[in-house]
Amino acid sequence: MSTSSSTLAPTTNSVELEHPRSGTWDGGNEPFKASYGKLMMWFFLLSDAFTFAAFLTTYGMIRHRNPVYVGDTKDFEFSTAYWPIPEKVFNAFPGFHGIDLPLAFVALMTMILIFSSVTMVLAVEAGHRMDKNDVQKWLLWTILFGATFLGSQAWEWSHFIGGHEEGTLMSDGTVFHGANLAVNQYGPVLFADLFFFITGFHGTHVFSGVCLLLWAFIATTNGTFEKRGHYEMVEKIGLYWHFVDLVWVFVFTFFYLV
Amino acid sequence: MAHHVEVQHNEIRDIPKPNTGWIWKTFWVLVGITAVEFVIAFTMESSTFRNSIYIVLTIFKAFFIVAEFMHLKHETKGLIWTIMIPTALLIWLLVALITEGSYAGELLQHTFNS
Repeated sequence: MSTSSSTLAPTTNSVELEHPRSGTWDGGNEPFKASYGKLMMWFFLLSDAFTFAAFLTTYGMIRHRNPVYVGDTKDFEFSTAYWPIPEKVFNAFPGFHGIDLPLAFVALMTMILIFSSVTMVLAVEAGHRMDKNDVQKWLLWTILFGATFLGSQAWEWSHFIGGHEEGTLMSDGTVFHGANLAVNQYGPVLFADLFFFITGFHGTHVFSGVCLLLWAFIATTNGTFEKRGHYEMVEKIGLYWHFVDLVWVFVFTFFYLV
Repeated sequence: MAHHVEVQHNEIRDIPKPNTGWIWKTFWVLVGITAVEFVIAFTMESSTFRNSIYIVLTIFKAFFIVAEFMHLKHETKGLIWTIMIPTALLIWLLVALITEGSYAGELLQHTFNS
């Protein structure tokens, strides 16, 4: 009887007296060995992954629902009757008007985002070493690349909305240039809608990331993290930033390549 | 006096040398895979086989970003599975809805052709 009531009996173990509430059932055990903040960032990113996966799955489903263009790629013309070939839609580059450069600009955007991911890891690595100057330097580079990506996306959008010079002869007999949510010159209505929603939702994430990075840069400069004794906030924003890069890798494959 | 103490503090605290080799290695892997994707885009005709290559390469890239940059490879097994299992279920969603889309597409074409 007396031996089985150990949970009710007052604690006499010296370890438990010195470190109260450190037992497994007192929440003292960290099975994932990660801080609360980082763990919650992971779970948020998991939920965000579901949102993006829903977008890309919708793209896959609607694309398979629509007819495919059959024939030689060279003879391809825009039509609302079939799904467009991405490299025929995204073939413009700023400053090279009228020259066919398929996927060149999106390749540049991809490189910018991958590079911003690298500067982000370098900032996190500098944070581990408590190197304030290096954290500042790499955060600033990441902000620069992030902002450049956003600018590129703005150009890509304005070009997509403005359209190619030739335009497309629509079923009502008029020539339409560019795209909006109801009509577009490239293909079925949903092609442009999915472009706006998927790249737009991703761009919003990049924008939020740049805002968080700006805040982290200011906090680093003010010495907030130095005083706190760790740069975990930079690490958490880093997780978010890499996730945004990760999403772009999938958008790039499923929207531009496939 | 206070100024003197601060200077001393800065001198004592030495910052370790950066260890960035693995970061640049991961970067070159990602650049390499992206380059291969571009070569394929302009040398191969569009087909299911080409799309399969793209998907495999994309998963490789995703692995390097999540494992190295997001450090998941170095977390506990419990955390790795917590993230991976729900994500893996998305493959089911993708396959199911793409099949559904193809079926709906075929049905529509037959309806208008007959």
